[in-house]
Amino acid sequence: MASEPTTAPMGHDAALLQKQMQHSTFKRPGELAVVALLWLCGTISLITTVLIVTTLFGETIDFFREVSPAEFFLETRWQALIPGTESFGIWELVAGTANVVLWSMVFALPLGLAAAIYLSEYAHPRTRSILKPILEVLAGVPTVVYAFFALTVVTEYVLRPIFGADRVPIFNSLSASLMMAVMILPTIASVSEDAMANVPRELREGAYGLGATRLEVAIKVVLPAALSGVIAAVLLAIARVIGETMIVALAAGSTPTLTLMPLEGIQTMTGYMLQVGLGDAARGTINYTSLFAVASTLFVFTFALNVIATWIVNRFREAYE
Amino acid sequence: MALAPPQSDQISLRAQGRVARRQAFSRLSRYILLLATLAGIGVLAVLAVDTMVRGLPVLDWQFITSYPSRNAVDAGLRSSLLGTVWVMGTTIILAIPVAIGTAVFLEEFAPKGRFTSVVRLNIANLAGVPSIIYGILGLTVFVRGVELQGVTLFPALGTTILAGSLTLALMILPMTVIASVEAIRQVPPSIRDGSLALGATRLQTVRHHTLPGALPGIMTGTILAISRAAGETAALIMIGAFAFIAFDNKSVNEDFTTVAIQIYNWTTRPQEAFRANASAGIIVLMVMVIGLNLVAVLIRERFRRK
Repeated sequence: MASEPTTAPMGHDAALLQKQMQHSTFKRPGELAVVALLWLCGTISLITTVLIVTTLFGETIDFFREVSPAEFFLETRWQALIPGTESFGIWELVAGTANVVLWSMVFALPLGLAAAIYLSEYAHPRTRSILKPILEVLAGVPTVVYAFFALTVVTEYVLRPIFGADRVPIFNSLSASLMMAVMILPTIASVSEDAMANVPRELREGAYGLGATRLEVAIKVVLPAALSGVIAAVLLAIARVIGETMIVALAAGSTPTLTLMPLEGIQTMTGYMLQVGLGDAARGTINYTSLFAVASTLFVFTFALNVIATWIVNRFREAYE
Repeated sequence: MALAPPQSDQISLRAQGRVARRQAFSRLSRYILLLATLAGIGVLAVLAVDTMVRGLPVLDWQFITSYPSRNAVDAGLRSSLLGTVWVMGTTIILAIPVAIGTAVFLEEFAPKGRFTSVVRLNIANLAGVPSIIYGILGLTVFVRGVELQGVTLFPALGTTILAGSLTLALMILPMTVIASVEAIRQVPPSIRDGSLALGATRLQTVRHHTLPGALPGIMTGTILAISRAAGETAALIMIGAFAFIAFDNKSVNEDFTTVAIQIYNWTTRPQEAFRANASAGIIVLMVMVIGLNLVAVLIRERFRRK
């Protein structure tokens, strides 16, 4: 093997080395097969993406053979499951999703940012190491559990006593949005906190040196410096809200409505998809293909949000050195 | 303020006026921000108490060992617990080797180039795809099968444990790969270089040095992904898994239900008694999920010290 630096002719040495290298790349039988398997693993994710795109867009094309794109994109009424009076205007479902995004953000954004600022700028390291994992448990709670609480606790014991039973229908967007806000709180807090923790000490100390208080340092120095990370966190959270199904399906209702008001029954894109899934629509019917048209719309929305979030993080990352 | 003559020997260092207001505001902000941080945790606590109060009276051995039923009092979790164990086990068997293989491929074997960066970007994007989309994928590919011009590309499995597990395996794959890649990156390059320098092949290096070093990180990420799959409902409902199951699963080719689906089912019933069942189901599901999370955290903490 390792011969001492020798006086042997160069040609001989090089040939030996080459032979050894060939030998050592796949020394044992079967190694080539294992490496081939690893390549296969690497391509499975690509196959998954191809499958998602082809199944979604394949059936969506079938949908547009029966429903004109003009109706889908320009009409505002979505009435799919009642034969004879079908109308496929996507905007009522998009409005339902936007409704939940709006109201969940109204609660999650201030609370999430406050938590991030507290954990990053105020909390003792030991306090943070206790609080942060507990907060992250919120993200691990199965969403069907949140759905149960939205329906049974939030609507009945929070919203109805506050707004009056006659003004709060059983299924309303606010109960779903509130639970959704709890669900995404850790996403916003944790990702923002990571961004804030990466802001260099010198910036903070400079501000303290000029007489700023802790709050002023947090809001006027750290938050702007970490803004790209905070925005990315919010976009990721919005993508999760858009894609979340169980909470809205159980608590927000199943009546597509073109409204952003919080105390109304609505239906989101995911809510409609689950409704069709439960109804076992036969293959080839308009209800079945409409499922894929809505799914494609949802996919485009979440995909765009994820791409923009990644882009913002890479493009606007403040490099301090 | 500053014009006031100094009171002989009492020079106060306390801020006054505007500065004092700013400082008071900053001191106050600590408690407001702490309150906001605790708000989410407070909600969690309230929900936990509510679940206990409603669910614990129902939760007994009879509840665990009974099949679902039309009568809330007789209904139980037997088939859904067994279904959850079957689905989790099959998902682990399907997803973990592929996830570790993908991570090892990306970190150790993939050529640096366009193909590899496309795979990386693709995995990051797949991690953001909503679970219900994976459900639709499972429905069209695994449950109903893929046929192209008379040639079966993928056999129709029906709404079976295998179809559900394949769906969930694809769903958790991106998270597991990302966690495994991170763990492999934490292994110091010196260990890898040392092994290679002593004449080990790249595969031997991976097997004897990189993977053992990365194992705690891989396990932590995997367990968290599994706990997400355990609570997944939308993707499984999408593939049609909401049948009434009153038998014990014996193979992966049978219909199934899971605890999460059973909770959904009970929540949709109007009767109050079923709500109590749902709460009891939530206790069981949360014990599983929090248990898995705790194990993950323990593994992480234990190996961080070393």
